[in-house]
Amino acid sequence: MPEYWRWTEQRWHDQDRDWHDGELVTAGVDVGSVSSQAVIVVDGELYAFASRRTGSDSPESAKRAMDWALEGTGMTLDDIGFVVGTGYGRVNVPFSNKAVTEIACHARGANFMYGPSVRTVLDMGGQDCKVIRCDERGKVTAFAMNDKCAAGTGRGMEVFADLLAVSIEEVGELSLQVEEEPPPVSCTCVVFAKSEATGLLREGWPKSKVLASYCSAMSHRVSTLLEQVGVEEDFAITGGIAKNVGVVKRLENEIGVKALKTTYDTQIAGGLGAALFAQNLLRKQRGAS
Amino acid sequence: MMITAGIDVGAKTIKAVVLRDGDIVGKAMTLAGFDARESAEQAFSSALAQAGITVDDVQHVVATGAGRRYAPHAKGDISEVSSAVKGVIERHPAARTVIDVGAEEGRAIRCNEEGNVVDFALNEKCAAGAGAFTEAMSRALEVAVEDLGSMSLTSTNPIPMNAQCAVFAESEVVSLLHARTPKQDIARAVHDAIASRIVSLARKVGFAPEVVLVGGLARNVGFVDSLQRALGCAVVVPNDPEYFGAFGAALAARNV
Repeated sequence: MPEYWRWTEQRWHDQDRDWHDGELVTAGVDVGSVSSQAVIVVDGELYAFASRRTGSDSPESAKRAMDWALEGTGMTLDDIGFVVGTGYGRVNVPFSNKAVTEIACHARGANFMYGPSVRTVLDMGGQDCKVIRCDERGKVTAFAMNDKCAAGTGRGMEVFADLLAVSIEEVGELSLQVEEEPPPVSCTCVVFAKSEATGLLREGWPKSKVLASYCSAMSHRVSTLLEQVGVEEDFAITGGIAKNVGVVKRLENEIGVKALKTTYDTQIAGGLGAALFAQNLLRKQRGAS
Repeated sequence: MMITAGIDVGAKTIKAVVLRDGDIVGKAMTLAGFDARESAEQAFSSALAQAGITVDDVQHVVATGAGRRYAPHAKGDISEVSSAVKGVIERHPAARTVIDVGAEEGRAIRCNEEGNVVDFALNEKCAAGAGAFTEAMSRALEVAVEDLGSMSLTSTNPIPMNAQCAVFAESEVVSLLHARTPKQDIARAVHDAIASRIVSLARKVGFAPEVVLVGGLARNVGFVDSLQRALGCAVVVPNDPEYFGAFGAALAARNV
């Protein structure tokens, strides 16, 4: 039975780099409710990462992500000087030295991935949606969050991908294959939008049109959160849904601001920020001794 | 002799009631399914058959419910708020608060001794305040939805449920099950969650006794128990709670 909601777990490490030369080897582990990332940074550069689905056990998920990030690098946990845990499961990362909130980590990670010009970060994660304002150093100046409602989150998108039997990674592109932009589904609630979508399919709407309608509703939902905090340019998006061009394009149209692009995997922003915090803490630790 | 009918086209089910001089002589319920118009026709026909009459014997038909435009033969329509109160006051003249929870909507309505609506509050935006929540949860718990209520009454351990969203709650239930939380405790928590959302609607309008609960979710004994505890007062649950919208519409049809 195909699982359309299942996005591909990723891992990567820099094969051209010998981490043994590195002075500060640190890691960040972001345990979210839907996905977990482990990110390794060597002297301020991204060295390796792994992104996996979070299981029912947080410590186990943290370990699985970490093991996979380390795979093939010759590095072990003992080689890592400092580990920072973040995400809702941050207190459950058994091998971490400190926990830092995901808001701080996302801002820091976005600052690295998108550059110091970024001032507004929209993180569309698995089960929550955050808008973070930050300064040129990636320090948080304001934020707002929706973690009570599935609309505007990855879980909401997973439900839809499953309903339409479209792989979640294809949802964005497919939603753009419409000649004319349809009206957004009238219900923001994912459960009700599902019923609405079923009705639309029965009326003969092609999948692309239904997806366009849902992506449109989702981007509208998110734009209201953005308005609460205010969008100051440059604007950037992190989290899994940043990979969904259907939502990103519509959001850009709605707020009238283009989001910065990056070659980094947008799901690692939290873990990356955590790894950079870990680097600062390790430097301080060594400076003190 | 006056014969009227009311058709309530809900999100999940369609109810039809036939009245002869104020007495219910026929009633039927169908799933709304794929074709609401056809299903409404079926419900209406079943109710007529039960009453032993044909459509020509019916003086007026009034429709209600979210899908009321699909009701056949209707000469007019009234809101779900009006129909629920009309129906309840007819059977329970002491009612001053009507709580109506269906598959996709929750309503809290204040009424006076004349049976007029004084104020109301709706939840129509969020599945966690309606029957859709129990349906989703029963799937996650792998329990038949009609058994969820009685199962939750066997719970002796209240556990907090963090998710205020039916989608998130599904994930939360999976985690709770992994942690070996007994199903009846989870079921109870689910009903407590819906009840708390309904009670916040009731507080908005200010509830006063008698509090009468109608709509499909009134059949769920677990939800009724949670609601009573959350309100801190007794809740009257009439027989055939899901028919009160159609009943109210049929009563309204007498004045057309």
